[in-house]
Amino acid sequence: MKKILTSTVVLMSSLCLSAGAYAQTKEIRVLLANHPYGELLKTAIPEFEKQSGIKVNFESLQEGQLTTKLTTEFATKSSSVDVFMTRPLQEGKMFNKNGWYEPLKAYDFSDYPKNVMSVAAAGATPFLVPLVTEWQVLYYRKDLFQAAGLQVPKTFAELEATAQKLNSDAVAGIASRGKGAAAVTQLSSYVYNYGGLYIDKGVAVFDQPAAIDAIRYYGKLLGTYGPKGVTSMSWENIMPLFQAGKVAMWTDASVFYGQIVDPAKTQIPAADVGIADLPAGPKAGSPFIVTSWGIAVANQSKNKEAALKFLDWASSKELATKGMLSNITMARTSVWKDPKVLEAVNPGLVATRAYAAEKGYPLDRPYMSAVGEARDQIGELIIESINTKGASTTLADMARAKAARVNDLLKDAGEYGQP
Amino acid sequence: MHQPSFVERHLRVIFPLPAILFIGLLMIFPILYTLALSFTSWNLTSGAPLRFVGLRNYEQILTEPRFLDAVMRTFGFTIFAVLIEAVLGTVVALILNRAFIGKSLAKLLLLLPLVATPVAVGIVFNLFYDPTIGLANFALSSLGLPQGLWISNAASVIPSLIVVDVWQWTPMITLIVLAGLAGLSEEPFEAARVDGATQWQVLRYVTIPMVMPTILTAVILRLIDALKTFDIIFAMTGGGPGYASETLNIMGFKYSFEYFRMGQASVILIALFFFVLLCSLGIMKLRASSEN
Repeated sequence: MKKILTSTVVLMSSLCLSAGAYAQTKEIRVLLANHPYGELLKTAIPEFEKQSGIKVNFESLQEGQLTTKLTTEFATKSSSVDVFMTRPLQEGKMFNKNGWYEPLKAYDFSDYPKNVMSVAAAGATPFLVPLVTEWQVLYYRKDLFQAAGLQVPKTFAELEATAQKLNSDAVAGIASRGKGAAAVTQLSSYVYNYGGLYIDKGVAVFDQPAAIDAIRYYGKLLGTYGPKGVTSMSWENIMPLFQAGKVAMWTDASVFYGQIVDPAKTQIPAADVGIADLPAGPKAGSPFIVTSWGIAVANQSKNKEAALKFLDWASSKELATKGMLSNITMARTSVWKDPKVLEAVNPGLVATRAYAAEKGYPLDRPYMSAVGEARDQIGELIIESINTKGASTTLADMARAKAARVNDLLKDAGEYGQP
Repeated sequence: MHQPSFVERHLRVIFPLPAILFIGLLMIFPILYTLALSFTSWNLTSGAPLRFVGLRNYEQILTEPRFLDAVMRTFGFTIFAVLIEAVLGTVVALILNRAFIGKSLAKLLLLLPLVATPVAVGIVFNLFYDPTIGLANFALSSLGLPQGLWISNAASVIPSLIVVDVWQWTPMITLIVLAGLAGLSEEPFEAARVDGATQWQVLRYVTIPMVMPTILTAVILRLIDALKTFDIIFAMTGGGPGYASETLNIMGFKYSFEYFRMGQASVILIALFFFVLLCSLGIMKLRASSEN
């Protein structure tokens, strides 16, 4: 009997102790994206837990699902999220307007370029820390260029001529995203290079002649020299084709470079893969260079102190260096100046970044709250243009109707005419 | 004298209570809530609170060409898919109803598509249909036939998706019809044979009419499911190219979780609910008359 009593007391007291310890441990909930940097954070989190004593419960989600989950949780005020990875261009405007980001007044932003901060702050108040930058480049097959005696194209006219020469039954001359909404980001640089914009001072202007010319050119290029079925292709469909040697040139974001030169994933020797600046258009050479990912603290978080600690750590220079060494193009300026880092990073990435940073445009989509719907509207124009090889007779009328619709969305959100 | 307790007196209410609660909370409440939402403007992107707007959402959605296209597409997909599945499923069931060597193996193989996860099925068929590196075009070109664009072309995307649906769901119809065939009494068949009916006549005038209620039950189940198809289409095309494979369910998803317009999304879902209800009632009526 005594034995039972003793063991009961021991058990009870140990339970109380562990409950006490549990109450003292701070816990935060973090939502990460299925992105190489999200993966890097995942593997490093145990280290943070050890040094801070904060327990991190993290979930990884695909980017679209991440936006949906965050929006639904925040809008219905049912969220327990403390820190989250966020896409400034996709959801930044909406989240900030709704007050879902915690203002980050104490954070030191001196290591970030000014144009990067334009999507990370509202006026003087920053609300997210930029993590990853990407810009548009031209990937090309050096071996095919050499065999055909071709030079890397510098202008859109040369790009089209090169695509024509390289196009055959076995290999598509050029590929770029054609799948409606997903293609809007890649079309953006073409629009800028033709002297157009999607939205100017809060008004949709993609029905203007410059943008229409760009959409026609993009449609002609992909409709004539693109892979079969390009209107249903996003990067996840094009990359395997490029890796299988079925595409001669590919314009997309710089972020895929690591994967197309990875011998485990591609059939083409890394030495045959080239990376170059996106060719210039008739009016400009201005590829997008955007902050594709950032990290933020949720305004409704009940553990702000722990959450800010995590944010500081996750956006630290040490981790940014680690990211660079894993071929993730980070937003911090200093890591691009670190000679040790630059030694490990592909010189093609360094050179194309320098070009984009100097001449690029910091947006790759209509920057507005209802961006998902606006992308679908522009996506319809892209598909129409590809299907008609750029010769659609209804494209201009369609664009006018779509621009009017996007303007309605801007008006609904109170963003019409706002700079 | 024994006084009946509270429980004994209210048995009639207490016993079905769990079922009523279940139906109320998990079926009736969500439907009524969606119906209520359909009369409101609730846009998560604007941060504005929910606002009653009467029939405005209905006016906007029901006159939207994209919605009307989605309705036609939903019905086109459903009718063709279920029709093919019903015919194929019944034929396979009739074949499997006879004794032959390897019958159990054939039945087992038939079950495999049914247990596959739709998203995995979608990914595999996506690879299969890829116009450049897919198996479908490789097979066609090996045979010297012209290649197709499959799910990459607006004209062929719905038929290509129907093929996937037929591949996955024909076995279900087969299983149900097979169970129906096993339960048929022998007498009418013997009578027909005594009367000198040929095999075709037995099939046409005895087997099919007798198993028809079972076939229609299977068709109702499939019809409801096919009208609501989401996983395969979402995994394979996401409603594309453009909106070429956007059914009501996909459109409802886009309006709610991509555009965050909950009011208008509710209208789309109420419309889908209405169509499912209407079709089920129609088929149930048909089944009742075939039983008579």
